[in-house]
Amino acid sequence: MNKFFGRRYIISGIFIVLILTLLGRLFYLQIIDDRYLLYAQGNVLRRVYVNPARGPILDRNGKILVQNQAFYDIMVTPSQVKPFDTTEFCKLLDIDTAEFNKRFAKAVKYSRNQQSVFDKQLTPEDFAAIQERLSEFPGFNFSPRYLRTYPDSTAAQFLGFIGEVHDNDIKKSGGYYHPGDFIGVTGVERSYEKVLRGKRGVQNLMYDSHNRAKGVYAGGAYDTAAVAGERLTSSLDIRIQKLGEELMKNKVGSIVAIEPSTGEILCYVSSPTYDPNLMVGHDRGNNAAELYKDPYKPFFSRPIQAAYPPGSSFKPIDALIAEQEGLITPQTTYFCPGYYVSGNRHIKCYHSEAHGTVDLAKAVAESCNGYFFMVFEKLVNRYGWKNTDSTFNIWRNNVSKFGLGGRLDLDMPSEARGNLPKASYYDKIYHKGGWRSSTVISLGIGQGELLATPLQLANIECTIANHGFYYRPHLIKGIGDKNIIKDEYTQKNYVGIDSQYFEPVIDGMQAVVENGTAAASKIPGIVMCGKTGTADNSHGEAHSVFVAFAPRDNPKIAVAVIVENSGQGASWAAPIASFIVEKYLRDSISTRPSGITPQYFMDANRLPDLSTYQQKLKSKPVPKDTLNKMGIDTSDRKRQGRDTLPKKDKKQSKPHLAAVLPKKEEDEH
Amino acid sequence: MSTNQQRSFFFNVDWLMVFLYLALCAIGLLNIHSAVFDDKHPGFLDLSTDYGKQLIYIIIGITVGIVILLLESRFFSALSPFFYCITVLMLMLVLVVGRNVGGNQAWISLGGGFRLQPSEFAKLTTCLLLARYLSGTNIKVTDTRSFLVAGAIIGFPMLLIMLQPDAGSTLVFSSLIFVLYREGLSPYFLILEGLFIALFVLTLKLNNTMLLSGILVGIAALIILVTRRNRKLMKVIAIGAGICIAFVFSVNFLYTKVLKPHQKVRIDIVLGITSDPKGKGYNVNQSKIAIGSGKMWGRGYMKGTQTKYSFVPEQGTDFIFCTVGEEWGFAGSVVVLGLYLFMVLRIIRMAERQRSPFSRIYAYGVASVIFFHVIINIGMTIGIVPSIGIPLPLISYGGSSLLSFTVMLFILIKLDSNRMGII
Repeated sequence: MNKFFGRRYIISGIFIVLILTLLGRLFYLQIIDDRYLLYAQGNVLRRVYVNPARGPILDRNGKILVQNQAFYDIMVTPSQVKPFDTTEFCKLLDIDTAEFNKRFAKAVKYSRNQQSVFDKQLTPEDFAAIQERLSEFPGFNFSPRYLRTYPDSTAAQFLGFIGEVHDNDIKKSGGYYHPGDFIGVTGVERSYEKVLRGKRGVQNLMYDSHNRAKGVYAGGAYDTAAVAGERLTSSLDIRIQKLGEELMKNKVGSIVAIEPSTGEILCYVSSPTYDPNLMVGHDRGNNAAELYKDPYKPFFSRPIQAAYPPGSSFKPIDALIAEQEGLITPQTTYFCPGYYVSGNRHIKCYHSEAHGTVDLAKAVAESCNGYFFMVFEKLVNRYGWKNTDSTFNIWRNNVSKFGLGGRLDLDMPSEARGNLPKASYYDKIYHKGGWRSSTVISLGIGQGELLATPLQLANIECTIANHGFYYRPHLIKGIGDKNIIKDEYTQKNYVGIDSQYFEPVIDGMQAVVENGTAAASKIPGIVMCGKTGTADNSHGEAHSVFVAFAPRDNPKIAVAVIVENSGQGASWAAPIASFIVEKYLRDSISTRPSGITPQYFMDANRLPDLSTYQQKLKSKPVPKDTLNKMGIDTSDRKRQGRDTLPKKDKKQSKPHLAAVLPKKEEDEH
Repeated sequence: MSTNQQRSFFFNVDWLMVFLYLALCAIGLLNIHSAVFDDKHPGFLDLSTDYGKQLIYIIIGITVGIVILLLESRFFSALSPFFYCITVLMLMLVLVVGRNVGGNQAWISLGGGFRLQPSEFAKLTTCLLLARYLSGTNIKVTDTRSFLVAGAIIGFPMLLIMLQPDAGSTLVFSSLIFVLYREGLSPYFLILEGLFIALFVLTLKLNNTMLLSGILVGIAALIILVTRRNRKLMKVIAIGAGICIAFVFSVNFLYTKVLKPHQKVRIDIVLGITSDPKGKGYNVNQSKIAIGSGKMWGRGYMKGTQTKYSFVPEQGTDFIFCTVGEEWGFAGSVVVLGLYLFMVLRIIRMAERQRSPFSRIYAYGVASVIFFHVIINIGMTIGIVPSIGIPLPLISYGGSSLLSFTVMLFILIKLDSNRMGII
């Protein structure tokens, strides 16, 4: 023991303090600070998403409208590529050397050790030839990818298409989507996206510091399996859908058919259409660009996005409302001299034909404008001309119950509302109190500012067929294997007309087909009730419109057909509708006494003249009080009268203003 | 007097120390197995793997240990100049024929994939010679001459290792200041060393020598002002301040002019002057991630992803503590550090019960070297010490290091078993 013995404690003390310092730091690193575990997982873990198969969509009879098919991506792992015959490889893939170099450089830039896509979405046929030889090129392999395929190439606007997500979708989804994922862009693919996409699976894979795969993390304990998307059963009947598309070939327009007893949409034709298979696979980009360029806009979903003046097909609604309000009875008659005098306007009936004394049924059957002008004036002037504003709004309110002027909220995106003007709208144009029933009288026969989508028109027929109510129209009747249907589609929507008032109107509609304007479209053995319409519009010939339901007792189908710029409803829309109805009810088309055949309509080309059509697209279909302009509805004699017509309105009215304002309103939608 | 007191080879052996030795070796073997596991060669008995080799080294080590216990205690004291000379010669030799691994010319190839690192053995032989010199009669560290000789014994191998250049091993020798302190060196040297370390850090952190000098002068002036009456102290303070300022400037000079860029970056990262987690700081950052991800109980044996998937460099040797931290968690860290602390305190206890000054001085040498290794190695893995590569005693993979520490400890055990004798 020497005199420095005490120093052992100082040395021990220094040792203890320094070791405790290390322990303190370790305590901080390992217990307090939580970041390091995350960093470690970030280093080693790679979340790999397993995309489930998207749900297929069937028609109402279980026929497949869209399903998934394997396509093939050619993948490349740059670090594994060995020197090879580039020209040979390029020939195989049908690309040039410059393109090859470009793609290869891109792959190298992405990662040397991880594979990336070299060539996208080859069809099984194209791939078969490549697959045999792919093994000659080390570093290249393939990966199947499931894409949509449409066995019948039909119902493109209904089904819509899917596409890679945009940044917006990713942001909106709160991180659900990742770049490169697919999402429904239009149609049912979009509105049922959440059901169709299924549940994505997650695999936690481990990679070492050289980016080599090291297997599944924690034995897959944190992985979730992918759940395939639900199957959708649509209400569409592929038989009449295909027939409808055939009949509408080389025409612009739309067919909507609905089952009145359920609201299920049977037929959803938008013409011109396109093959949905074009929006899938290798050439998708080019095809899409091509279709977007098409002046007739094949992507436009006309059944719900195009709005047309309903024309005479609107007449039954006026009659029904007037009956309900007690303003007319089925026996109310009107003597039609071939024209109608409203205020100082002198408006002639179709072709100036004098219908003589007509009652309600006959007025419907012969589409007597005069009768319905009278009905409209009774409705709007019933509390005297000073109360036009309020009575007009009552009328408007009653009409809107039929689903006009608002969305029916079917299960499709981007539905248009059509147009049902309010009194305030006319107040703006003519200033308050400056307009009368005579000013807006064309509304009474479904012209003027009134606009309806084909879907709304078909829905009105459902309401008439059901004697006073409709089910919300919808395209998907069952979700998943259990065929779940949404509650809102099973509720009746009443339009506020008692059922007994429908009979006289339906009598008239039956007469339209039996011996009225649409007699040529009579189906032997089936009682169809319909109404033709010749929807005047500001651009070119009138639209041919026909609405109907059949059979009269226990109706099975209600239909609305519009063929743009094709004149009278009887000549184009009505025959097409009759074929659809018969095909649906009988699954065959009989020989008609009138001699019309589907083939004739399939072959006919009614595409509007491109120059006028493009002009129309620029200014959009704009509602106008077209009566003034249309020679067919106003007599030559009164043409001068038309010019002097707005005499009392002169101060306030600017006729073209009416054309501008609704457009503005439409833009706001 | 009598060296014949021992009745058997294991008479008076400190079994607790043997247990600590074996425990640390076993921990090392398990962690090397996990860190560099090769699924083609899973067994410990496979010589193509590091854990297979380490097992062989441990067996060799234990054998050597037994042989040491069979030798005469006097042998080590008597032959210490000889051992010292051999290692010095080897350190010279390595500069000529050494194999360059990782920038350091520190290895002599022995063939068959085995190689020798003389600097590991130099620590042992320096301890032995230092003990022999200081235990001589009339040698006092407080004498300037003795102090200089002791310094030379320590300094010579340091110089040779610095030429390799192996900064880590060089610095290990500085830990022997604890031995000198225990033998009577003025505590001012210890304080001075602490002060210099503080000044070193401050100089680089502040990066403003003038400001730091100003502060030092201010502090000195303040102390002189307060203790005005003590003229002697004033002188000491003034000289001390002068030395400090000189030190600050020389550190600054060393840092800006002498150090190589990669050495500078390492120091910068530890001091937090720059952070560069992708580049030069990658190793330390990954090492911290590995240890930090262990949390309380660790991720389990063979389940650490940081070390197994080679995010951590040198995971079997200098960064072996990452595996401990990652797979055994804070609990494992406490156990390992606890074992080391227990070991060095036990060595100090053993030192103080020696009758022979040689044994005592040698024991302090062993304690200092082991302690320094532990602090620097673990401090490096958790980012509070610059990353200078020195192994974790008995745990890190490596034959030279393991054998050197084994011999060090078993000589101590042998000397201790003969503690009542005078060598």
